[in-house]
Amino acid sequence: MELHFEKMLQYAPYFEKGVIYTIVLSACSVAIGFALALMVALIRLSKPGRSTLSKAVNKALHLITGLYIEVVRGTPMLVQVMIVNYVVFNPALIPKPKFTLFGIITGDLFVPALVAISLNSGAYVAEIVRGGIQGVDYGQTEACRSLGMSKFQNMWYIVLPQGIKNILPAIANEFVTIIKESSVCSVIGVQELMKNAQMVQGASFMPAEPLLIAAGLYLCMTIPTSKIIAYFERRMRRGDQR
Amino acid sequence: MATSGNLIQVKDLVKTFDSRIHALDHVSLTINQGDVVVIVGPSGSGKSTFLRSLNLLEEPTSGEVIFEGVNIAGKGVNIDAHRQKMGMVFQHFNLFPHLTILQNMTLAPMKVKKMPQKEAEEKALALLERVGLRDRAGAYPIQLSGGQKQRVAIVRALCMEPEVMLFDEPTSALDPEMVGEVLEVMRSLAREGMTMVVVTHEMGFAREVATRVIFMDTGKVVEEAPPEEFFQNPKSDRLKDFLAKVL
Repeated sequence: MELHFEKMLQYAPYFEKGVIYTIVLSACSVAIGFALALMVALIRLSKPGRSTLSKAVNKALHLITGLYIEVVRGTPMLVQVMIVNYVVFNPALIPKPKFTLFGIITGDLFVPALVAISLNSGAYVAEIVRGGIQGVDYGQTEACRSLGMSKFQNMWYIVLPQGIKNILPAIANEFVTIIKESSVCSVIGVQELMKNAQMVQGASFMPAEPLLIAAGLYLCMTIPTSKIIAYFERRMRRGDQR
Repeated sequence: MATSGNLIQVKDLVKTFDSRIHALDHVSLTINQGDVVVIVGPSGSGKSTFLRSLNLLEEPTSGEVIFEGVNIAGKGVNIDAHRQKMGMVFQHFNLFPHLTILQNMTLAPMKVKKMPQKEAEEKALALLERVGLRDRAGAYPIQLSGGQKQRVAIVRALCMEPEVMLFDEPTSALDPEMVGEVLEVMRSLAREGMTMVVVTHEMGFAREVATRVIFMDTGKVVEEAPPEEFFQNPKSDRLKDFLAKVL
């Protein structure tokens, strides 16, 4: 079999738009997923108060977040994306938003994809965040509370800054994972890199070249990201040894 | 040391772990203004648990801790408001590693007392000056020696202008040559009339600085006496036994 990459040159704009779409989708998903994960982690670490109402609310929240994490981790992302797109975002329930970003990103597909990936990422990252918070020495909390600071102030000024610093590499790795996993959104028609590669396949009647180029472009996104993470990880460790 | 009015009154304090083990077995004690109470005893005797119950870091199973007339172990008490008047120093310093020494000291005054940053910093620097660490204000905890960390931990607590200072084995995690510098800061605090409750193994400090020494064993206060009497004339066999081992 002969490969003719030179014939792919005319389709360059498709790949370019696909890369941009993939990066925007992944970056937004990681940000929203992280915010969601933070909330879920804090709920799962919260202890009930003394009143019956507080105990009931706490139990319900623990149940909901536990269920959320189990469901997301126990079902394929492909299925999740399709459910969000066809079941959640249907005209009877939630109409698809209509807007356009950078001329390539349309809201009716971008938003369902974003919601699906964020929900997925949030469940995985929640457990990472929980580990990060639990990894902060309890003596820190005791010292902070002994100074008269509240539970919230302790979490915000003392525990979270230290916990998040510990898990930054894991969060950054999640970004790499999402760049790759976002390719499943092609099945609902989101015009990210994978979908555009498939379109080039159809237009050029060449099956191999567009896929190989897509793979190369994914590597171009993931390898530098991993390298940058590794660099910051090393720098952060050096900071601790001062 | 002149004693006037009781500051903390502990009544019948009980702490059980797993509803079986009695860490504190009906402990009652009064701490007066200006007292320097040193608590000694074998490990596992409940002395740290007792100290940590005073500011509710350890929640007692039953009993009362009356601080400035309020039972802070009762339900519906805003514990944060009372804790800020009780400074605490820990065995492992517990400085905040992501903040500079100055930030470690100004955080609580600024966030809890709403003190303006400038005022909080001036106060912190004056206290650092006092313990000879003013030039380390911009450093991070990791850059300090153990003795320096513990001195910072003490002045961090002092920034909140506490009514009483609680010390939980403040020199136990230090290299021997650094114990002296920390004890010196504590001595000078005592001289100024600060009310202090100290859990320690430093018998020399107890003998020299304490107004009262308390011996705890198996969750109970076994003996309580002024230092001379405590060390020269122990009454119970358990204390005699303990002193024979540590002196």
